Amino acid sequence: MDALDVAVRVLAVLMAFLLLPLLVGQGEHKVMAHMQGRVGPMHAGGFHGWAQLVADGVKFAQKEDTVPAGADRRVFQLAPAVALIPYLVVLIAIPFGPDGMVGQVVDAGVFFVLAVLGVGVLGSLMGGWASANKYSLLGGLRTAAQLMAYELPLLLSAASVAMAAGTLSLTGILDEFSWWWVPWQLVGAFVFFTAGLAELQRPPFDAPIAAEEIVFGAYTEYSGLRFAFFLLAEYAGIVVLSALTAVLFLGGWHGPFADQLGWLWTLLKTAALCFLVIWARVAWPRLRADQIQKFAWTVLVPLALAQIALTGTLKVVI
Amino acid sequence: MSGGNGYLSPSGQEIVFVLTGLVILGAAVLCVTSRQLVHAALWLVVALGGLAVQYLLLTAEFVAWVQVLIYLGSVVVLLLFGLMLTKAPIGPSPEADGRNRPVALVVSLASAATLVTLVVDAFRTAWIDLETPHGTSDQIGDSLFRVWVLPFEALSVLLLAALVGAIVLSRRRGNAQGNGGS
Repeated sequence: MDALDVAVRVLAVLMAFLLLPLLVGQGEHKVMAHMQGRVGPMHAGGFHGWAQLVADGVKFAQKEDTVPAGADRRVFQLAPAVALIPYLVVLIAIPFGPDGMVGQVVDAGVFFVLAVLGVGVLGSLMGGWASANKYSLLGGLRTAAQLMAYELPLLLSAASVAMAAGTLSLTGILDEFSWWWVPWQLVGAFVFFTAGLAELQRPPFDAPIAAEEIVFGAYTEYSGLRFAFFLLAEYAGIVVLSALTAVLFLGGWHGPFADQLGWLWTLLKTAALCFLVIWARVAWPRLRADQIQKFAWTVLVPLALAQIALTGTLKVVI
Repeated sequence: MSGGNGYLSPSGQEIVFVLTGLVILGAAVLCVTSRQLVHAALWLVVALGGLAVQYLLLTAEFVAWVQVLIYLGSVVVLLLFGLMLTKAPIGPSPEADGRNRPVALVVSLASAATLVTLVVDAFRTAWIDLETPHGTSDQIGDSLFRVWVLPFEALSVLLLAALVGAIVLSRRRGNAQGNGGS
């Protein structure tokens, strides 16, 4: 691996990290507007207000970056970076196409991805505590409780795929993939995607940032660029979750003409899942914090265990 | 790199290993001495993350990711949850330092001395060849379920006992207080 190769890969991952979350953000504006029968911002940039996100970005950059007087300054300022950077790191290990179209092949890729994703939540917790605001603290508490409940089903359903493929490497899993895995791992896919939604605190699992109850949870006191970083982390999280679900459960780059168009299949599957994430926000009301806990322990964990049993049985039979 | 396993010509990996070790030591000392509870937990994050880097440098990739997943992703989150639940204040908490500091220092120094002696004695002549990976998931799985099955199963029984104990404790309190609180 020479320096040029490394540079190209790093640059490609960085471009994906900077571009895809913005596309999802713009997609969310437009999809929600259409689903709710309203036009939304239409003027910035001309065609359907495509430049609205750019305008938002400029607005965020111009705002004053305030730190509350009672806050723990350093932890408060560090939190957005802790929330954002893990998603960048995770993108390195996600394969986008066949024949080494991946930032870096990681031997225990599934573990790597889930481990690094778990670190990102520390950012919300740090922000929630350091803001010296009771709403932020409540938001942080709910975030932590939610994370602890949904980490288990997320891991179990990912483990099911790893069992099926006989490897923990994301590229290895894709090499083993064949079409009948989709119905075989369907329950696991549902568990993984739902638990991922909950980890991202996306609706209907957005009790930690419920605007009507606790203002904006852990992010209440943030403004300007630091707030924008938290928002960016949310959209990057959507991209990463969708890409992971596509790779683990929907076959990633597999599809017609996979040799040439593999990357396109990955992107299409990821985009379809991103659409589902946005759709869920429009379609479902918010679950209460206790309903969220109950759903994790009484529905998702048993389902994930059943999926593992199914995977194991079929693996032995074949 | 070459055959000469000398201390006088360290490779890049060895230098990084020592530097990371120093960072871990510093973070651990700050974790213990900090009077701000949440800061202590965050220094613990640095120390545990540094350990994951050490595993990586020793080519134990799988162990490194498990370290991040379990300790940073779960244990520290649980710690922070507890700290937030008990409303850990911003700024120093004076009650964080008890009168037991000298005793704690003696105990920690004694246990550190024991561990260092043990490890140095056990691995005195062992030498890890960093060119070949030693900790891929294949190798870890093989040794875990071929060589170390008995300790592994014993640990799972221990965890089960802890789980049952936690359930018993939480149920008893629930009965005493009636149906209040969750």
